[in-house]
Amino acid sequence: MPGQLLFSSSSKQGSSCFVTNRSVMVDKCVGKSVPRKEGWEKVTGAALYVDDIVKPDMLHGATIRSTISRGKIDRITFEGDIPWDEFVIVTADDIPGENSTKMFVGEQPVLAKERVNHPEEPIVLIAHADPYLVRKARTQVKISYIEETPCLSIEDSLNKAPVVWGEDNLFKTIRINKGDVDAAQSEAEIIVEGEYFTGASEQLYIENNGMIGEYDAEEGVTVTGSMQCPYYVHPALCAVFNLPKNKVRVIQSDTGGGFGGKEDYPTIIAAHACLLAMKAGKPVKLIYDREEDMVATTKRHPSRTIIRSGHKKDGTLVFMDVDFALDGGAYMTLSPVVLSRGSIHAAGPYRCPNVKILGRAVATNYPPHGAYRGFGNPQSFFALERHMEKAAKQCGLTADEFRRRNFFREGDLTATQQVVQDRVDMRELLDQALEAADYHNKRERFKKENEGNPVKKGMGIAAFFHGSGFTGGGEQKMASIAGVEGTKDGKVRVLAASTEIGQGAKTIFSQIVADALKLPYDMIEVARPDTDDVPNSGPTVASRTCMVVGKLIQTASLALKQSLVQEGGLDEDYTPEQFAQACKDYVARNGKLRRYSQYEQPANIVWSDETYVGDAYGAYGWAIYVAEVSFDTRTYEARVNDFVALQEVGKVIHPIMAEGQVQGGVAQGIGYALYENIVWKNGRMMNGQMTNYIMPTAADLPVIRVLFAEQPYASGPQGAKGVGELPIDGPAPAIINAIEDATGVSVNQIPATPEILMKEMEAAGVC
Amino acid sequence: MSVKKHYSFLVNGENHTVESYPANRLLDVLREDLRLTGCKEGCGEGECGSCSVFLDDVMVNSCLVPIAQVQGRQVRTVEALSSDPLGKILQEKFLEHNGAQCGICTPGMLVAAITLLRRNSQPTLGEIQDGLAGNLCRCTGYKKIFDAVADAAQVAREQGVLEGGKA
Ligand code: FES
Ligand code: FES
Repeated sequence: MPGQLLFSSSSKQGSSCFVTNRSVMVDKCVGKSVPRKEGWEKVTGAALYVDDIVKPDMLHGATIRSTISRGKIDRITFEGDIPWDEFVIVTADDIPGENSTKMFVGEQPVLAKERVNHPEEPIVLIAHADPYLVRKARTQVKISYIEETPCLSIEDSLNKAPVVWGEDNLFKTIRINKGDVDAAQSEAEIIVEGEYFTGASEQLYIENNGMIGEYDAEEGVTVTGSMQCPYYVHPALCAVFNLPKNKVRVIQSDTGGGFGGKEDYPTIIAAHACLLAMKAGKPVKLIYDREEDMVATTKRHPSRTIIRSGHKKDGTLVFMDVDFALDGGAYMTLSPVVLSRGSIHAAGPYRCPNVKILGRAVATNYPPHGAYRGFGNPQSFFALERHMEKAAKQCGLTADEFRRRNFFREGDLTATQQVVQDRVDMRELLDQALEAADYHNKRERFKKENEGNPVKKGMGIAAFFHGSGFTGGGEQKMASIAGVEGTKDGKVRVLAASTEIGQGAKTIFSQIVADALKLPYDMIEVARPDTDDVPNSGPTVASRTCMVVGKLIQTASLALKQSLVQEGGLDEDYTPEQFAQACKDYVARNGKLRRYSQYEQPANIVWSDETYVGDAYGAYGWAIYVAEVSFDTRTYEARVNDFVALQEVGKVIHPIMAEGQVQGGVAQGIGYALYENIVWKNGRMMNGQMTNYIMPTAADLPVIRVLFAEQPYASGPQGAKGVGELPIDGPAPAIINAIEDATGVSVNQIPATPEILMKEMEAAGVC
Repeated sequence: MSVKKHYSFLVNGENHTVESYPANRLLDVLREDLRLTGCKEGCGEGECGSCSVFLDDVMVNSCLVPIAQVQGRQVRTVEALSSDPLGKILQEKFLEHNGAQCGICTPGMLVAAITLLRRNSQPTLGEIQDGLAGNLCRCTGYKKIFDAVADAAQVAREQGVLEGGKA
């Protein structure tokens, strides 16, 4: 089976983890496909997602939102045949503390007060015991506005037409400079120019957002719900309710997917649910339906990238000049960090002595765009890998040979002048991926078969990399803490705020701890993320959970063992039974046994936020993706027939889950490339339904073939790096490159829906 | 919204009577009145399949079925799957192949998989793809689900839970 080609261990050997014979067990859990920790609850329907939870006396809430993109709120009236006196109603005036979500500059209100800056901005909250009545009442709150001219494109925003944020609409500007692009102009023999566009896209987790808020005058506020980052919600609630840390409690319920979409917006929903609960004196459940989730919450930033590159006659890069712009929407939220990642990766895995990158995140009057898997990189790599295709053609080289000549070699400097430490040879990865995809044979065959055939086939490549963990000094600033606990039942319990959102955090943590303590997998438990119980291990984003937090719990595990050996009389050469007994005895004697570990930056990582020079990431994942696509010149539909995803992500902790992560990411990438189009009208998403926002079904996708090349990373737990985000960076350019290979037509915009392809093909005279 | 009425039907073999508006969705009655929360609401409009249950052994999107239509009929939900031999095998195979990531689509996916395998005990990959095309999953890219279903079909045939050939 091709998916197994490069595995050092077969994914079928999961059972040795359960064997309590130590000689078999030592260091054997990592690298095995053990059953998912919470798997049984999920396959029996017993897992409790937020909408499955009820609290006594609970009310149901709803959010009334702005219907315009920009303007002043004039009047709010409560109309219709609704018993309004039975309702709990909350406006901005009910907020006891700051009316802000606390993200960066904190200018995004929890509830709009005097003015609105985007459609669907929350203004009024209502709650009642009868959910049917709430649904009806929601349509009877009428708000009138004094409208102002909105700004609805990157171009208009850059041209200050009009200014809608600060003085110049610029949330953030990043400049990366390496060498001297201006001076290098004269050295270039071939100049290649291009402009590339990507649309917004929806994370479309199948579980909609939702929260249950509770309030108690003594205890403060408690919120339970669907989220990626309990410790983003926590400080925000402290500020909104003006409460000390110990009066705010945030609990993650089982979460049905996130993909970045449950990174920052859940903070607002949590605040809303708790505001209603405080005013009602009762628990309030606030669950979004699909349309509300789609039209009101964050999406991937649309982008526009202009690239100018200079080459020698043999194709080698002399300079790259990249102008990368993201549409941030109405409030800054996470745009600066999305921009940062996208800018840092904008020159790709290519050696180039002179690089200039200008990154700008601009304000418009769309709902704020936010985190979505890949975090700026899918936009960057779409532009870059389309541009490389163009450059290859202009230099008279094939797509693979052109890239081979330009890839990083060991010791080269990235755009931020980081020395490439990973011992990864992209040329080797390229050869392996092309072979697995049967690239050369197929291309030749398709050339012949395409003649006179209404269905044209082509092959496309994308080469890319993705930094694991936070950018630059982010991890150091975050200073995450995670721990483990020896329990009174003789088990080991992982303590981290990192959330299980489907990616397998619970399983991977358990594997790492099992190996660190030489215990069987089923002796390890994972605490539910609850800010009253677990420390702040940072947000569950940026493919950092395994690499960064995994390392912390590995270190904490060793500290736990140390305590049991030194203070609990445990023999260094213990059996699992002895370990369990030592835990039980220790807890009976001394109370809680918890050991923590805090992040320390590896000494060799140096970064400057001012100059954007240095080690942007501790480690990178590297990848070559190859798509085989057919394009039907009669229906203008493109279809992916085969997909090879080859990546180097360090040690693979759980082969089947890692494959699943890659397949899921590629599937989303295929949707991003071909299907998932958002129709905007005056800044509002008009197709907020699964019927007309089209994500790939089981029948739309090829079998996504996943290959891993493993190069253990010294600072990751047992050599692991991040895997979650990388797979969405490559599919779109690989697919559009394949369409170009099939038809000769260069499409520089995604999603490449049949409508777009029709336009491009007709313009090029192909169809 | 007219008046509430009483509706009686079987759910997972047990008799239930609920008082409800006739247009209320089976999905809400199961989840809210009977607290069977295994079926999920992903879209509320018949697109995602995460609310799938059996109504008289036929898969339906419970978000599209008004409770008035359920009077006197039989409903089976994911909560009863473990007692069905094919359901049990599928659950085990979903676990083994990592067919459930976030798990929110899984209850509906299992119902779709049972429906498919009852009709066709030896499905090809293409038939599995078509059989599950009404159930959306955003996490897996579907491949692990296909693996789980194919493997379950084989085991079910070996154990005599499914007949050897196509029906
Ligand atoms: S909730 Fe019924 S099909 Fe989506
Ligand atoms: S496992 Fe998450 S949607 Fe299918």
